[in-house]
Amino acid sequence: MADYKPAEMMTIAAARSLKNDDICFVGIGQPSAACNLARLTHAPDITLIYESGTLATKPTVLPLSIGDGELCETALTTVSVPEMFRYWLQGGRIKVGFLGGAQIDKYANLNTTVVGPYDKPKVRLPGAGGAPEIATSCGEILIIMAQGKRAFVEKLDFVTSIGHVTGGDSRAKLGVKTKGPVKLITDMAVWEPDPVTKEMTVVSIHPGVTREQIQENTGWPVKFAAHVSETPAPTAKELEVLRELHARTNRAHAAA
Amino acid sequence: MARITTLSEAIADAVHDGDTIALEGFTHLIPHAACHEIIRQGRKNLTLIRMTPDLVYDQMIGMGCVSKLVFSWGGNPGVGSLHRFRDAVENGLPHKLELEEHSHAAMANAYEAGAAGLPLAVFRGYIGGDLPKVNPKIKRITCPFTGEELAAIPSHRPDVAVIHAQRADRAGNVMIEGVLGVQKEAVLASKRQVVTVEEIVDELPQRSLNAVVLPHWTVGNVVAVPGGAFPSYAAGYYPRNNSFYKKWDDIAKDRDTFAAWMKENVLDKGPEAFAQYARKHQAAAE
Repeated sequence: MADYKPAEMMTIAAARSLKNDDICFVGIGQPSAACNLARLTHAPDITLIYESGTLATKPTVLPLSIGDGELCETALTTVSVPEMFRYWLQGGRIKVGFLGGAQIDKYANLNTTVVGPYDKPKVRLPGAGGAPEIATSCGEILIIMAQGKRAFVEKLDFVTSIGHVTGGDSRAKLGVKTKGPVKLITDMAVWEPDPVTKEMTVVSIHPGVTREQIQENTGWPVKFAAHVSETPAPTAKELEVLRELHARTNRAHAAA
Repeated sequence: MARITTLSEAIADAVHDGDTIALEGFTHLIPHAACHEIIRQGRKNLTLIRMTPDLVYDQMIGMGCVSKLVFSWGGNPGVGSLHRFRDAVENGLPHKLELEEHSHAAMANAYEAGAAGLPLAVFRGYIGGDLPKVNPKIKRITCPFTGEELAAIPSHRPDVAVIHAQRADRAGNVMIEGVLGVQKEAVLASKRQVVTVEEIVDELPQRSLNAVVLPHWTVGNVVAVPGGAFPSYAAGYYPRNNSFYKKWDDIAKDRDTFAAWMKENVLDKGPEAFAQYARKHQAAAE
């Protein structure tokens, strides 16, 4: 079996969650790597949309920013940012939203605003960006985040965008008709919401990772599904395409 | 009719202490040269509006020009934090910074409503999260036809919009291509405008019948500043300098390093310093 890093397993497991006919709103960083890996492997026709207005973009290197020229040059078309958020996102045209965050709780609510109190933060994070409306307007949400006790917390310091709120039917009760987070992909496992409680539950563990390690890197008592499978290890092809993508990207960013 | 002028005259004319100003650009066409001129002219107590405050707002905040920031995402894209912004929020340095924080959808809607001459923006958003708890300008409004509850915020009506574009003609008609962001809306929502461009040409080049052109009577001041978006980019002229964005992290992390960089590259220079970036990439492409 090929040697690989947990971060590579995470990106590859996330890429596998995407289908060829998906229309996906892509966040910068980890989501962008996963979406483009999917496009370069099993989902060549996937529609990738970035909030800078680029529709159906096919970058050869990963963008550093959400509006890199590469995204616009390889897109089917580029619309203004108000049009992107009004017609395409709010209009219900986007099937999958792909998010990350600084903190997540057991119902997959996300914080990208502050660590500590809002008025006197310990760490001021960048803020919401598109997340609050991506989280409620896309048909469903995928989340990619590396595990750790500072990121996987019992209580968020700030709820920037909602997942399953307080569980059960609390999301629907707010009047939100979309599904919310259907999958959380980490460097250790794949989690899905329990059908009734909506608590994120481990359904698949990456090779070589133990239940104890998952618990040690989660700030609440972890629920495991009745049948937990092992995530298939990255294939040689997946690793090769991902590493080439990162190498191309690093060369391009250093040269600019 | 647009006034074709110099950058120092345009900023002196359009930007005053205490103004609410929007320097827009969604990673593309960010008006770096105009930001530097505002800093050189020592403007104070500005309220800055921007969807994605990045290096230019980090610079203005760090230099003490800003009392309030209206925004939705403040970071160095793909790199990390804005350290001068964080220093202001976390430590009140160089002075306290008031925040009015939104989501991208809210900001984009507020610019569009401003351009449309409306007092408010209405959209489906801000459901369930904490932003409405810390921003009293986020309200709920009920649709009189369906009863659906929607989000409402005041429209953006900045005193001044500052943008960078590829080209203008000699009358001051401005043409923008590529990632458009909210620049058209920001200009049409504002009372006064400063538009820097890569070049002023006799005639705008052959273009799509639906090209984005801001007519000369919507843009108060037009200034040729070749390279004026660097290290951001101008599609068709020069690429985004991603390595500078990475370097900015080290420059801005430390207050003294930041101050030294600002003195050497902003306070002691003029807008002509940007021309080297335009030329460099043209030469490299040949």
